[in-house]
Amino acid sequence: MMQVLYYAYLLLKAACNTLADSFLPLINLCSLPPPAKYGGRHTVTLIPGDGIGPELLTHVRELFRFCCVPVDFEIVSIDSKSTSDDDMNNAITAIRRNGVALKGNIETNHNLPPSHISRNNILRTSLDLYANVIHCQTLPGVRTRHRDVDIIIIRENTEGEYSSLEHENVPGVVECLKIITRKKSLRIAEYAFNAARQNGRRRVTAVHKANIMKLGDGLFLQCCKEVAAGYPEITFDSMIVDNTTMQLVSKPQQFDVMVMPNLYGSVISNVCAGLVGGPGLVPGANYGKDYAVFETATRNTGKSIANKNIANPTATLLASCLMLDHLRLHGYASMIRKAILATVSETRLHTADLGGQGTTSEVVQSVMREIESKGPRTSEQI
Amino acid sequence: MFCSAVQGEFGRLKRAERFVLRSSALLQTQKARTCLSEVNLSNKIPNVFRSCLLSCFFLCFSPSLLTSYRYVTVVGKHPRYKIAVFLHICGFGDRVSGPPRFQPLGARALSLTAAQSSAEAPPARADSTFKVTMVPGDGVGPELMTAVKEVFKAGDVPVEFEEFHLSEVQNMASEDKLDQVLTSMKGNRVAIKGKIHTPMEYKGELASYEMRLRRKLDLFANVVHVNSLPGYNTRHNNLDLVIIREQTEGEYSSLEHESVKGVIECLKIITREKSRRIAKFAFDYATKKGRKKVTAVHKANIMKLGDGLFLQSCAEIAELYPKIKYENIIIDNCCMQLVQNPYQFDVLVMPNLYGNIIDNLAAGLVGGAGVVPGESYSAEYAVFETGARHPFAQAVGRNIANPTAMLLSAANMLRHLNLEYHSNMVSEAVKKVIKQGKVRTRDLGGYSTTSDFVRAVVANLRYRPV
Repeated sequence: MMQVLYYAYLLLKAACNTLADSFLPLINLCSLPPPAKYGGRHTVTLIPGDGIGPELLTHVRELFRFCCVPVDFEIVSIDSKSTSDDDMNNAITAIRRNGVALKGNIETNHNLPPSHISRNNILRTSLDLYANVIHCQTLPGVRTRHRDVDIIIIRENTEGEYSSLEHENVPGVVECLKIITRKKSLRIAEYAFNAARQNGRRRVTAVHKANIMKLGDGLFLQCCKEVAAGYPEITFDSMIVDNTTMQLVSKPQQFDVMVMPNLYGSVISNVCAGLVGGPGLVPGANYGKDYAVFETATRNTGKSIANKNIANPTATLLASCLMLDHLRLHGYASMIRKAILATVSETRLHTADLGGQGTTSEVVQSVMREIESKGPRTSEQI
Repeated sequence: MFCSAVQGEFGRLKRAERFVLRSSALLQTQKARTCLSEVNLSNKIPNVFRSCLLSCFFLCFSPSLLTSYRYVTVVGKHPRYKIAVFLHICGFGDRVSGPPRFQPLGARALSLTAAQSSAEAPPARADSTFKVTMVPGDGVGPELMTAVKEVFKAGDVPVEFEEFHLSEVQNMASEDKLDQVLTSMKGNRVAIKGKIHTPMEYKGELASYEMRLRRKLDLFANVVHVNSLPGYNTRHNNLDLVIIREQTEGEYSSLEHESVKGVIECLKIITREKSRRIAKFAFDYATKKGRKKVTAVHKANIMKLGDGLFLQSCAEIAELYPKIKYENIIIDNCCMQLVQNPYQFDVLVMPNLYGNIIDNLAAGLVGGAGVVPGESYSAEYAVFETGARHPFAQAVGRNIANPTAMLLSAANMLRHLNLEYHSNMVSEAVKKVIKQGKVRTRDLGGYSTTSDFVRAVVANLRYRPV
């Protein structure tokens, strides 16, 4: 009798597995704090950073107030000159609480001792924001040497050359460790192919230097190939990084989605940003399993142009649109994005980096005017 | 097979127990609905096997919920009650649906009630009319709503009200009406309401309309702002408290039954998820408003598991907020401290019943139920009302109710709608009238009527520099 019951129990358990599976994600939720959305309003951490960060993020807040976006910012400032870790821990806890952040770049002083790790790096590794996604597209109205560029760059954000592991065994000889792990390479490859599939992209190119770093980049390449086998509709190819950069500056239209380790990602993303019009135009997003942080793609501090009202706010504003998309406020995101693109196509408003003489505030005002004239209306009785 | 076992077992239970199972919203969950199909079981299966089957079913069905089971001590010897309680624990009462299988990256669920998030609202604009649902309620509710409408009209506030008269005592309540209100709320996302009175007699439904509204919209947090009015002196002046109360579970679960004649069991449910949610709300609120301290109010020395879980959740969440001080205090001591030295508190967070008591107590400290505004939040919706919810039926038609609470709440609603200018205009006008002291309603010691007060507020609106 007991055996019969036992088998019945097993049968029931197997049969109920599908139902139970849908309950499982709840266990994961238990370790994360509940989301910060109350009364329809989200709370997002804002890290002003240094250089042009604070002024551009103030413009973002202004724009959000103007458009009645239901997002409240929790501002957490980080003092880049202090050597204590309190500010960083504060910021990381704030992002853990809210789940989403918008940040400016935090300056890393080269003159400080090597024990002072880059603050941006600490943020990325502690929150495990493993995918840096940059979408470089030629914007209509911005004249560049190359046309029809549309590349998604997916860069591994937590390991590779940025592991901050360096030491000097023998005086005058420095060893800098580049770490490539199977787990993280598989993860980023999976993300890249998933993103390609979701965006309807046909081709994923892995960028590497496996002819020289046979084991390191070789492992990365192998992981990409393994993952590619699971996505038969997407073509996978690989290209060495030196060839890639050459191809990028001669024929960038051949690339679709590119996936790569950390350092090559830094180089390639800056090249692509340059191809489409400069660092002031491209937003970037850092995604992890539980958190998302949005910033400009090329992560410039812009110390030399800080507080002069000449910085290009487009990248930061588009990054805030990415954040709104992430928060599923697609209506607001598309409204603001349309206005930004309309503004960018007006040549007389181009800022200095695009070859014009416009100021930051003029650009932001023009975006607001666009939204006012063309945006949707809430009441039906007009 | 197991579904039909439940059906058969269901028929076997006594009337009261079936009532319990039904009222624990067993059939509200989509998953449960598909599972409990209409297959009839032959009654030939022996009782023992049936009970075993049932327990196996629930054991498999909710593996992750075995942990929550241990927080409930089941009173009552009959095994069927254990099943009833277990069913509720399994979350067949107000179960939240988990996040979708293929979760996009960097996206934890935006709200725990993913099932309730309706289609995204169209983007709002700063220069258009906002639509707000209005439910006047019972007692002096309609008069207070008239006051709000008059003030808004005089101040040219771009808000349009959609009125619904839902009332249990006046026999104007039905499922359809409730559905209408809910649809309107889900469209407008902001509502202003009076108190929908709950009649004392038990008419067959344990959950009142107001409770059902709250549950369906999942308005889990009730915030009451206890601020002393400048110009009106009470025994405690310059008070500035915020009371945050969990509004959907606790003692208000509407789970009561009479297992043995003359013995009633009333279930108080505390869940980890909801306690964490309200704790996070309290700390987020404190961070947003720059508050320094959050105090959890409990009775964990007596209800060791129930309130103990609540305290544990608060402590867990408190770790994420190193800059905010976290303390806890037992409810009886809290009440005493509130009347002796209320200045030691900043933000208070507590489960449902204690919240009700402390709300009213704190309202009494600053001038009564006519003076304290409050609001209820869910992840998607916000409902604005008075802090201490009383219909005040004795004052109906006599024009003596104090509209301050409702006007201040309406000002908070305008702030929520992003109409800062109008919000400040209304709240400053109200505070100015009270400070001047010439027009005061009876509860504040004056002789004026509601309409006098409203007229005074409107007059003060006009003098605001444009």
